[in-house]
Amino acid sequence: MTTITESDVREAPRTARIDWSPYLVGAGIGLLSWIAFAVFGDPLGVTTAFSRIASLFAVPVIGPEAVAENSYWKSMPLKWDYGVWFLVGIPAGAFIAAVMSGTWRLELVPEVWKERFGPSIAKRFVGAFLGGTVIMYGARLAGGCTSGHGISGGLQLAVSSWLFLAVMFTTGLGISALMFRKR
Amino acid sequence: MTAMMTILGPLLMGAAFGFLLQRGKVTNCDVIENQFRLRDFTVLKVMGTAIVVGGLGVLLLVDTGNTKYYVKDANMLAVALGAALFGVGMVVYGYCPGTALGAIATGSVHALVGALGMVAGAILYALSFDWLKAHVLNVWALGKVRLPDVTNIPDVAWFAALALGAGLFFWWVESAEAKQTRG
Repeated sequence: MTTITESDVREAPRTARIDWSPYLVGAGIGLLSWIAFAVFGDPLGVTTAFSRIASLFAVPVIGPEAVAENSYWKSMPLKWDYGVWFLVGIPAGAFIAAVMSGTWRLELVPEVWKERFGPSIAKRFVGAFLGGTVIMYGARLAGGCTSGHGISGGLQLAVSSWLFLAVMFTTGLGISALMFRKR
Repeated sequence: MTAMMTILGPLLMGAAFGFLLQRGKVTNCDVIENQFRLRDFTVLKVMGTAIVVGGLGVLLLVDTGNTKYYVKDANMLAVALGAALFGVGMVVYGYCPGTALGAIATGSVHALVGALGMVAGAILYALSFDWLKAHVLNVWALGKVRLPDVTNIPDVAWFAALALGAGLFFWWVESAEAKQTRG
């Protein structure tokens, strides 16, 4: 038997204070999918809408003509559609959940990264930026992300999505083993 | 009414999704990293339950004519390459695109830096789209196929196998975790 003292609770990692079962959360996301399919005809997904919005940020980087003439953004122009509003909702919901559970906290370098690569903020920011670049390029090439392919496609038994899940997890395990190997 | 459906609808759906992601602890970078290090199975618990619960409901909705499938193209080479990049990016970034957007709103500054990387990734993809379309996206393209189509195994059998497999796997994970806590 362990006795939990007040100081344990205060110093516990932020996630320890969330007590929702991951199965309950998964079932909730499944239920949300029913609504997405039946009411909106638009399965849960993130990166399609994200790349629409990215065209806004691309204007100062590659110029308005290059964006306007780009064949990818011609097929996927910025429009305030279902996916884009859905994307705006995600941070709103996460913010409410974090504040309500008292787990909102500024985080510059996550614990797992700190243990392996040290407390350097610059190092973590470079890693996050590069990781973000690679993940979005991969998501667009594959046609979806953990939500669009993994959950929405997985639950439809789509061939593309199960290939995505298998390759994504295998590669992730390999890279993780390399990144966090014991020296 | 239409404005409510086209803006408030997706906003609420996104907020519910973001809320669930935060309560599922998957907006925490450490939880995602530790999944790929096989030290924390939260990500698989959430995704597995979402796929089984969501899939059974959507199957029923399709069978009763209340929705249809929205399957992504099985461009096998592009999906495999994209998923491999995605796996690398997810481990380096510590988030996937959806959980990253949630994490930013819970105070993760490095997730925000990574989101700028995701914008860069989307721009790079748009710039390379013409070449990819001619050389990668068209390789081994099977179209919008589902596992029951290509295997002739019915949907119900797939879900029975998935539910059983997930159930056994989670039972094994839970008993291993219980043993660890006690020891």
